[in-house]
Amino acid sequence: MAAREREFTAPTVQLLTPEGALRPTPEAEAYLPLVEALSDAELERFYRDMAVSRRIDVAGANLQRQGQLALWVPSHGQEAAQVGSAHAARPQDHLFPSYREHIVGIIRGLDPVRILALLRGATLGGWNPEENGNFHLYTLVLASQTLHATGYAMGLQFDGATATGDPETDAAVLVYYGDGATSQGDASEALVFASSYQTPQVFFIQNNQWAISVPVSRQSRSPLSLRGGGFGMPGIRVDGNDVLASYAVTRQSLEEARAGEGPSLIEALTYRMGAHTTADDPTKYRTDDEVAYWEARDPIPRYRTWLEGRGASAEFFADVDTEAGDIAADLRRRALELQAPTREVIFEHVYSEPHPLMAEQAEWLHRFETSFDTAPDGSAA
Amino acid sequence: MSARTEEETHVTDAATDAAPIGTASADAAVTTDGSGVRGVQTLSMAKAITAGLRDAMRADDKVLLMGEDIGPLGGVFRVTEGLSAEFGEKRVLDTPLAESAIVGTAIGLAMRGYRPVIEIQFDGFIFPAFDQITTQLSRQTLRHDGSVSMPVVIRVPYGGHIGSIEHHQESPEAYFAHTPGLRVVSPSNPHDAYWMIQEAIRSDDPVLFFEPKSRYWPKGPVDLDHTGLPLHASRIMRPGTDVTVVGHGAMIATLLQAADIAATEGRSLEVVDLRSLSPIDYGPLLDSVHRTGRLVVAQEAYGNVSIGSEIAATVAERAFYALEAPVLRVSGFDTPFPPAALETEFLPSPDRVLEAVDRALAY
Repeated sequence: MAAREREFTAPTVQLLTPEGALRPTPEAEAYLPLVEALSDAELERFYRDMAVSRRIDVAGANLQRQGQLALWVPSHGQEAAQVGSAHAARPQDHLFPSYREHIVGIIRGLDPVRILALLRGATLGGWNPEENGNFHLYTLVLASQTLHATGYAMGLQFDGATATGDPETDAAVLVYYGDGATSQGDASEALVFASSYQTPQVFFIQNNQWAISVPVSRQSRSPLSLRGGGFGMPGIRVDGNDVLASYAVTRQSLEEARAGEGPSLIEALTYRMGAHTTADDPTKYRTDDEVAYWEARDPIPRYRTWLEGRGASAEFFADVDTEAGDIAADLRRRALELQAPTREVIFEHVYSEPHPLMAEQAEWLHRFETSFDTAPDGSAA
Repeated sequence: MSARTEEETHVTDAATDAAPIGTASADAAVTTDGSGVRGVQTLSMAKAITAGLRDAMRADDKVLLMGEDIGPLGGVFRVTEGLSAEFGEKRVLDTPLAESAIVGTAIGLAMRGYRPVIEIQFDGFIFPAFDQITTQLSRQTLRHDGSVSMPVVIRVPYGGHIGSIEHHQESPEAYFAHTPGLRVVSPSNPHDAYWMIQEAIRSDDPVLFFEPKSRYWPKGPVDLDHTGLPLHASRIMRPGTDVTVVGHGAMIATLLQAADIAATEGRSLEVVDLRSLSPIDYGPLLDSVHRTGRLVVAQEAYGNVSIGSEIAATVAERAFYALEAPVLRVSGFDTPFPPAALETEFLPSPDRVLEAVDRALAY
């Protein structure tokens, strides 16, 4: 028998070249009309959101270095995948992030200071998804949220909140995870359930090439997009540093999902240009050449080049710089004003219904802490 | 050893005089004759749970069942028998075979307002879902600052005495009782099972509902009109004066047998059914210890770091001066559940309970 094929490849949907030219790859041609339908204002908004994301990254890292955050989780390099996919969702859609999708939350209406509260150690969650654009909570146990998203999508189906034929109201679910998380059992189980129940759902993998210090080649020998077909759904690989392609492929997948055509999987090829978190040191495991390769594919300059070619004004870019700087400065100011939670928070909402241990232990802690308020002679200390 | 018919009841608050014992039927709700009185039926625990599930599903269309083989087959123990025919496959979900995904998707469904009731096929198969239960399900309400509740019930057939193969006879309840954010209960008889499953489903918190599978088949009276106790209340199953013996689930039948034998020897055991393992209702237990001065805790589970350990510590803290003897534990051994041919050696028997009672009385 001849040697069987053990090398697997997948084409990449790309609309914008790294140099900023709109030159769709063959598999990208079909997505061009979705981009052509975007207004100038929408196209400019993509740029603005990527610029804001990058500026917030700098503010977050600085706050961590100054001891104001326990951790910062940077998105530097992944702005196009996040901004493009987020803008592909409609208001009624539900988005389940991992923990790196800050700009996705902001686009959905979340005040990013809530994310800083989480990273500052003031809360375990931080926001009510229903009041924040259906942007669900960050989930730190990798791939757990893929199942929550799938269950939520099943609920949409059972409720008849999808596939009625009205794209203005039919809802779909978009779930984010990373290349490392694809190795978790939950990620595969979610694909099994989504396919089995034909959920209105899009799985969006940001393949940023590194799971902390381990390269994606350790997670998978074949393109992650090929996993879609293995589970019975379309799997599409997209240039995740191309905001237009990220938008168009996600838009198409979500529209199919909301129309009742079932789930799909997107692998967005991108690169984590910074560290995994501020606790990481990427110089220990990756080369300068690799970083240089990806710097040449930075999603922001390429998109700026294209916008400039279309006639975006220097004033527009200057305004965006100013606005992004203001947003970051405001965020920093408000992060420093965040109040520490009071001790009652330990016991609140552990259960929805009254629980004797919560009441007993909260009361004990209060008594213990306040016992130091009184001096031995009985006077106030 | 004393003979004890399976139909005998120890459910002290079941109103046995409210109505004649009806014919055994899982379809409890249809016995209503218009008076609103449904009476007392004789049911196995398995069919009592079926009836409880059916009533809960009729009362609230957000209740749905999820699990493996629970549809047309009715589950490997037939607890969901007939429910997919009545409610359809959108409310009785025969899911793909993946426990973590069953719990994980139930979390998403609960976020959407559903009240999923999961069946884990056997005790030893809950562990693929352990992460979703302990790191996700248990914390969603807290992480959402109360804006989301998690009314998810996880039914787990558990325990030994059925002569089955590995991973089919275990008692993993302590793992879940240890986890904040979860509630853990276990009925010991059909009446409690019928009511407790409905209360568990009504709870806005996640409830692990441990069903003692060796007690699935013995029949007992189920009073369909009187709920009796709240979900998390413990119960004195048999009053006594010399030694308190406490347990849960299938162990209650063992403790009642032990009490019968002890009575023939002139010793009076008070049998306490915990019913709830998290939270534990210590009031009746502490009252009992104050009367008897002696306590034996019995469980099928491994003894090390177990529910029994917690009870022993708590009773020592709260009733130290009432105790005439140390609290003694009777447990499964701290080994994997052995091959079924040895299960009677492993599982606490009435004699093992009485041996501990003898030691307690010898102080």
